[in-house]
Amino acid sequence: MKKITRRSILATAPAALSLAMPRFSFAAKNYGPGVTDTEIKIGNTCFYTGPASSYGTIGKAMAAYYKMINDQGGVNGRKINFLSYDDAYSPPKTVEQTRRLVEQDKILLDAGPLGTPTNSAIWHYMNEKKVPQLFVSTGATKWDDPKGHPWTIGWQPNYQSEGRVYAAFILKEKPDAKIGVLYQNDDFGKDYLKGVKDGISANSKAKVIVEASYETTDPTVESQVVDMKAKGVDVFVNTGIPKFAAQSIRKAAEIQWAPLHILSSIGNSVAATLKPAGLENAKGLVSDFYLKDPNDTTWKDDAGYKWWVGFMDKYYPEGDKTDAGNVYGPSNSATVVQVLKQCGDELTRENVMKQAANLHDFTVPMLLPGIKLNTSATDFSPVKQVQMGRFDGVQWRLFGPLITGAVT
Amino acid sequence: MTMLPKEGIAAPAAGLAQPLALAMRLSAPRLVVPAVIVVALIIPWLATSFVMFQLTQVMIYGLAILGLNLLTGFNGQFSLGHSAFYGIGAYTAAILMHNYDVGYLWTLPAAGGVCFVVGFLFGLPALRLQNLYLALATFTLAIAMPQILKFHGFEEWTGGVQGLPLDQPDPPAFLPIDGDQWLYYFTLGVVLVMFWAATNLIRSRTGRAIMAIRDHPIAASAMGINTALYKTLTFGVSALYTGVAGALGALAVAFVAPDSFTIFLSISLLVGLVIGGVGSIPGCLFGGLFVLYVPNIAESVSTGLAGAIYGVILLVVVFVMPAGASGFARIVVARLSRSRRL
Amino acid sequence: MELVLQQVMAGLANGAIYACMALAVVMIYQAIDHLNFAQGEMAMFSTFIAWQLIEWGQPYWVAFGLTIVISFVAGILIDRVLFRPIQRAPILSQIAAFIALFSILNSSAGQIWNFTIKSFPTPFGHTPLFGGTLIDTHEAGMIGVTLVMLGLLYAFFRGTRLGLAMRAAATNPESARLVGIRVGWMTALGWGMAAAIGAVAGMLIAPVVFLEPNMMLGVLLYGFAGAVLGGLSSPAGAVVGGFAVGVIENLGGFIPYFGREMKLTIALAVIVVVLMFRPSGIFGRTAVSRV
Repeated sequence: MKKITRRSILATAPAALSLAMPRFSFAAKNYGPGVTDTEIKIGNTCFYTGPASSYGTIGKAMAAYYKMINDQGGVNGRKINFLSYDDAYSPPKTVEQTRRLVEQDKILLDAGPLGTPTNSAIWHYMNEKKVPQLFVSTGATKWDDPKGHPWTIGWQPNYQSEGRVYAAFILKEKPDAKIGVLYQNDDFGKDYLKGVKDGISANSKAKVIVEASYETTDPTVESQVVDMKAKGVDVFVNTGIPKFAAQSIRKAAEIQWAPLHILSSIGNSVAATLKPAGLENAKGLVSDFYLKDPNDTTWKDDAGYKWWVGFMDKYYPEGDKTDAGNVYGPSNSATVVQVLKQCGDELTRENVMKQAANLHDFTVPMLLPGIKLNTSATDFSPVKQVQMGRFDGVQWRLFGPLITGAVT
Repeated sequence: MTMLPKEGIAAPAAGLAQPLALAMRLSAPRLVVPAVIVVALIIPWLATSFVMFQLTQVMIYGLAILGLNLLTGFNGQFSLGHSAFYGIGAYTAAILMHNYDVGYLWTLPAAGGVCFVVGFLFGLPALRLQNLYLALATFTLAIAMPQILKFHGFEEWTGGVQGLPLDQPDPPAFLPIDGDQWLYYFTLGVVLVMFWAATNLIRSRTGRAIMAIRDHPIAASAMGINTALYKTLTFGVSALYTGVAGALGALAVAFVAPDSFTIFLSISLLVGLVIGGVGSIPGCLFGGLFVLYVPNIAESVSTGLAGAIYGVILLVVVFVMPAGASGFARIVVARLSRSRRL
Repeated sequence: MELVLQQVMAGLANGAIYACMALAVVMIYQAIDHLNFAQGEMAMFSTFIAWQLIEWGQPYWVAFGLTIVISFVAGILIDRVLFRPIQRAPILSQIAAFIALFSILNSSAGQIWNFTIKSFPTPFGHTPLFGGTLIDTHEAGMIGVTLVMLGLLYAFFRGTRLGLAMRAAATNPESARLVGIRVGWMTALGWGMAAAIGAVAGMLIAPVVFLEPNMMLGVLLYGFAGAVLGGLSSPAGAVVGGFAVGVIENLGGFIPYFGREMKLTIALAVIVVVLMFRPSGIFGRTAVSRV
């Protein structure tokens, strides 16, 4: 009984607010939780501590982006109040922190929360409470489910469709490939593996002959690489995170094993993977891209890159410019800001989801040229395109058309 | 009841006990436990559902820490593997609810039973191991657990890396409360019963045998205590407690995934045990408070250095209260039992 | 067969990493009679110091030597400042303090040096040894350094009065005090040495696994396992244990159906089974308790 009262007070709060300030209520204003005439409160969970704390920089870069937006006057005159809490990559903690955001801080939406198991933990809660779980920072396939989970929307290309892209490339380049896949024994690694395997039809000559997993606690993946060479693998799909991708690139070079080596977008950063592995060892590598790598000299005169460097210098000077997370964060946040802009003065949760599903050819400075974000009521995967590139020893050379992922 | 003098890992700070005992004599210790229970019963009518959810988790962690305490604090066996028992309990509940549509009430005894068996079986090899060697054996259990839960052979039941979503229990129709309030009361009920049972266990003949093994294993067996049996049974009961906590945790969070039950959970429980007080039953709840709230406090000080702040807070607490909150709680318990005996 | 041999060799290469760390684990065990959970993070932090010195233009060996000295002093300071005040607290409270130290070092390293992996130089180079694919010059060098450290430690503990005093102070502080050993300083010295050995281990491990704040999480786990498997009271046992863990873990990947996905679990199960038969590790001495 008590509950009902509290809820009804909440529901009437925005109305009371606009009554108190009649000057601003000429336009059709409609506010959800966390919105006033001067502020929009949004939330986020990220890993600032714990075993995955290296991803914490994404949350910090997001905060820096919203600070920039506020310095530029905010969104339609409203400042963004971005609350980002630590969940230490622990799903129960994500539930706690998200409930704090929703029930105590009363956010309008959850913007780019990080991680697959963590987002899975709040998936049902957010849809039950009808709170937008906007542009989750994970490439699992399940986020594109407008019917079952209309309050959750993904952002980046999903891992499975990336895996399919590699498979298609392999079939074209080496129809009789003997493929070895290195993958992390968790959600994203298994998604990549599934994508590759699904993309290789059963009757094709190409076969996946080695599936080598690793744990994040493994010190090295060298034995996996040695094993692949011994088994005659001639196409190496390397979906490791930068540390393990770099180890295997170096080891492959060291043992003079030169397969067709495909690197996933998780581990293709020049500074975080290829430099530590040795640029000469990385020559000939193939990978797929949707973001610009800030350490790739290809982009040194690019307007989007210049904007990003200016942004980092001014708003996140302590941030590491070699870390791909610092490109990812602001790009994700830019999409959130676009949705808020499209909402105008109707800043309700319903309208947020309606506008999130209503992106048309939206572009972000650090996305590859030509990649446009599109969503609709039946399409909840904003970034769908990737482009292949080959490393020439100095920089990635993009080739071929933009490819749209097959798995949605 | 006075504790036997202890040595090794469970020794409390004797220095703290006396002034606290004096302080407690001036208050009315008999009223403390009922007063806490009354406050706990009123809370849902004052607090928001979020705070209630947090307190539910505090109780759950407190219960898990109690499980660890029965083994480490009272029996002197070291464990870093309790995240595994917590995970097994949580997954037992989740699999029963998700795959077999079992009612949530029945998942608790099931989780407890499964964990008792697993704990008992693990206790058998543990008999051969002492101190650090036992620590490592349990450590390996905790490390291996997420990998076992992810294993493709079990994926049909466990949901593999993606985990299993659950429905939060609905309150009984005749009660005018919502889901969070019901979960809180339900957890409170389970926790009270299990704390009561643990207190009685420790005060019983069995409890004295368990503690005698901790304090002097050789003397204990010379006195005719079947040390092997008691040690394995304690392992089983300890796992049972932590497993029930895991099942409650699964209900509260409404989701299980391998990444929820890593070694870091074991470490958190161990920290909670130390902070609450080794060998103290009410101290476990204090440990639960620390496990849940201190990371939040650390984070509010600095996002980037949250881990370091957490470490500093932990160090300060260890420096100030080397034997945890147990000094306080132990006296309360001792006083209560003494007055009851009079 | 060739494949098995190959994986044994690859296992030895990994084992060298574990053996190195296990040695540091045993060192601290000899000094304080229990394990230090922050040991891996201390080694990581030392390695970052070396990396920073090299970035500032110091030659490798200067950085190497300076880092060992800095780590030694830091180890003594940690003991004096953090652990001496709580030496009478229950052991579990001290373990909580280790966890605190772990958290502080890990978090600060991330804040100071960020999380991007860094390559760390090696004096041995990364070329295949004898032209084979199995083991490279760095890994061979690491095995060599580990064995040299082992020899030095053995000589120290068996051959010098100081080493003997340190062992006495750790295993029986009261009696040691009665025979005039300054137990407090022995403990501090043990901390210093453990930190220094950890620093060497870190600087040898970093070229293989790359330097980053979380690089030691897994290594410490295997290092513990190796040390316990070999026997905590025996430095040689720890080294053998470390190599054994590397090999067991790699061969576990060959078990059909379970394979690599469960190789960690298999390795750990094997270790626990071995401990069943040798409860104090393969080379460890069983402590006899007096009534």
